[in-house]
Amino acid sequence: METVVARFEIRHRRHLGPDGVPAGDLPAFARDPAELVALYRGMVRTRAFDQKAVALQRTGRLGTYASSLGQEAVAVGLAAAMRPDDVFVPAFREHGAQLWRGVTMRELLLYWGGDERGSNFAGPRQDFPVNVPVGSQAPHAAGVALAMRLHGEDRAVVCAFGDGATSKGDVAEALVFAGVWSLPVVFVVNNNQWAISVPRRAQTAAETLAQKAIAAGIPGMQVDGNDVIAVRDAVAEALARARSGGGATVVEAVTYRLGDHTTADDARRYRDDAEVSPHWREEPLPRLRTYLTSLGAWTKAQEDALLAQCRAEVDQAEADYLATPPQDLASIFDHTFAVLPAELARQKAEATGDEP
Amino acid sequence: MTERTLVQAVNAAMARAMAEDPAVLVVGEDVGTDGGVFRATEGLLGRFGPQRVIDTPLAEAGIAGLAVGLAAQGFRPVAEIQFTGFIYAALDQVVNHAARLRTRTRGRLTCPLVIRAPTGGGVRAPEHHSESPEAMFAHIPGLRVVVASSPARAFGLLLAAIRDPDPVLFLEPTRLYRAVREEVPDDAPPLPLDRAFVLREGTDATLVAWGGMVPEALAAAEALEKEDVSCEVIDLATLKPLDEETILASVARTGRLVVVQEAPLTAGFGAEVAARVAERGLMSLRAPVRRVTGWDTVMPLLRLEQRYIPSAARIAAAVRDAMAFA
Repeated sequence: METVVARFEIRHRRHLGPDGVPAGDLPAFARDPAELVALYRGMVRTRAFDQKAVALQRTGRLGTYASSLGQEAVAVGLAAAMRPDDVFVPAFREHGAQLWRGVTMRELLLYWGGDERGSNFAGPRQDFPVNVPVGSQAPHAAGVALAMRLHGEDRAVVCAFGDGATSKGDVAEALVFAGVWSLPVVFVVNNNQWAISVPRRAQTAAETLAQKAIAAGIPGMQVDGNDVIAVRDAVAEALARARSGGGATVVEAVTYRLGDHTTADDARRYRDDAEVSPHWREEPLPRLRTYLTSLGAWTKAQEDALLAQCRAEVDQAEADYLATPPQDLASIFDHTFAVLPAELARQKAEATGDEP
Repeated sequence: MTERTLVQAVNAAMARAMAEDPAVLVVGEDVGTDGGVFRATEGLLGRFGPQRVIDTPLAEAGIAGLAVGLAAQGFRPVAEIQFTGFIYAALDQVVNHAARLRTRTRGRLTCPLVIRAPTGGGVRAPEHHSESPEAMFAHIPGLRVVVASSPARAFGLLLAAIRDPDPVLFLEPTRLYRAVREEVPDDAPPLPLDRAFVLREGTDATLVAWGGMVPEALAAAEALEKEDVSCEVIDLATLKPLDEETILASVARTGRLVVVQEAPLTAGFGAEVAARVAERGLMSLRAPVRRVTGWDTVMPLLRLEQRYIPSAARIAAAVRDAMAFA
């Protein structure tokens, strides 16, 4: 005899489709046009930063850079759902969230330009820096969330990683920890459909990435990752549950990487225009702009002013970044340990012997 | 009198650190109710409760990564990796995160954590339980690597490791867990994490060892004394940062160096010791440096492990060779 011992389903949430027309009632925050304008500004600002960073890399003034073109709604939506005293544990394509949370453009340019000081954020002091070894940041999010739990705080963690990261053991282990201890953490899968050259369908046979939550005993859901309202709504709901002791959630935000993996990548090697171009019709900025315009909450003049403002901000950040002298070589020794061991002091003296 | 075995000293150091600092947590597999498979955490759950002694799911990368997150929030996690062969799953978290979070953020986020793990063979354990991985960890910038070799030093070094503001890998030779008892008072002081210990003074040869090889080196020195060969025995204790000065000063007195490690020969930590002496102490040497090590083979299963692990006899033979050279 067999009986059904468990049943699961994964729901998909969308509030604003590609045509900019709401599907049913919007969540409460989205009924305030000012809130939506703020989200729109966050996304435009992110795109302006991406364009500047890519331009700087192309002209030899920045290191390899990972653009978030087309994925702005994921980063901005999740950040807008967070409180300032929450902790963000990012991957490397959530510039929009970092900027929203107060990391400066100059800091981001310093980091991607090869200067560790870029990760010494003046704003969100407890946020983790960009994470490059894919998925390895997920256990950190569990640890930070456990710390919050042990301190009896109502803060929470948001951890972002990509579709490729869901194949990593680190992510599976973090979900297990978060589930078994009901940790206050939201895992956002920034599913841009491509892990460098490997498409989503070749990453896993699972129908959704959200269902990775099911095995860990935590809720998982999918949202339209190009709908910033849906992203913010789903992450806010998950954060509210986390703060009230309800534990962790996986939110799979389905978006699309419109650009190369990084500036060191040439996506034409593994995907053609026919694959990419339909996704331009679904990207996050026009749909929200269309909706705001239909509400009478956004005009051509406001759009022009915003673009000019963003241009000025990225130009200023560029100037500040380029005017920042590199660190002394001594800095690589000084930050290895809290107190420089004698042996390392000898190496420092040798390495910096020819410095003034 | 508070006589303790090495594993009891490890337990006492954690209990002391936890009593002194509420930020100290113990996390790992079976560390709570079970008290750890080697009983290193026995009694801690009852004394400090489940908020501070936390049984984790069976996931070593997760445990190390969890500790990074806890440490970044101001806790001082002491994470136990259950058996030596399971530590490699945690290596990524140690190399890419624990050891470099401070430098990556220029001091904004730090990792005051300890990863404790058993090391070495000799207790007839199953496969993957008897390796000596210290050299892999000593190669990691930003990480301290400490290997215990006696109850008293284990206590003082572990206490210091837990108080240290940076990550420490603390290796405990399973063979020594219950080998001897030693006076270890509860209020014993922490020991420095950048000093080697001269355990026996001598004039003819310097034996440098750590962990499970320290008693073997001492036994070899004892045997050689009967042959009128006087050996100085140094327990490195902290491999990184390395106390080069103590080694060089000793070799300057003795003129002969024999380095002993249980781990395989090639790229072992003994090579680092030999290289330092070659660089800065060559003119003191009257004989070539000798290394007595495990072999470049996989650690054998228990029926052959005693023939793999360097013995006092092999160490004594290496010293006799050095004496015969000059």
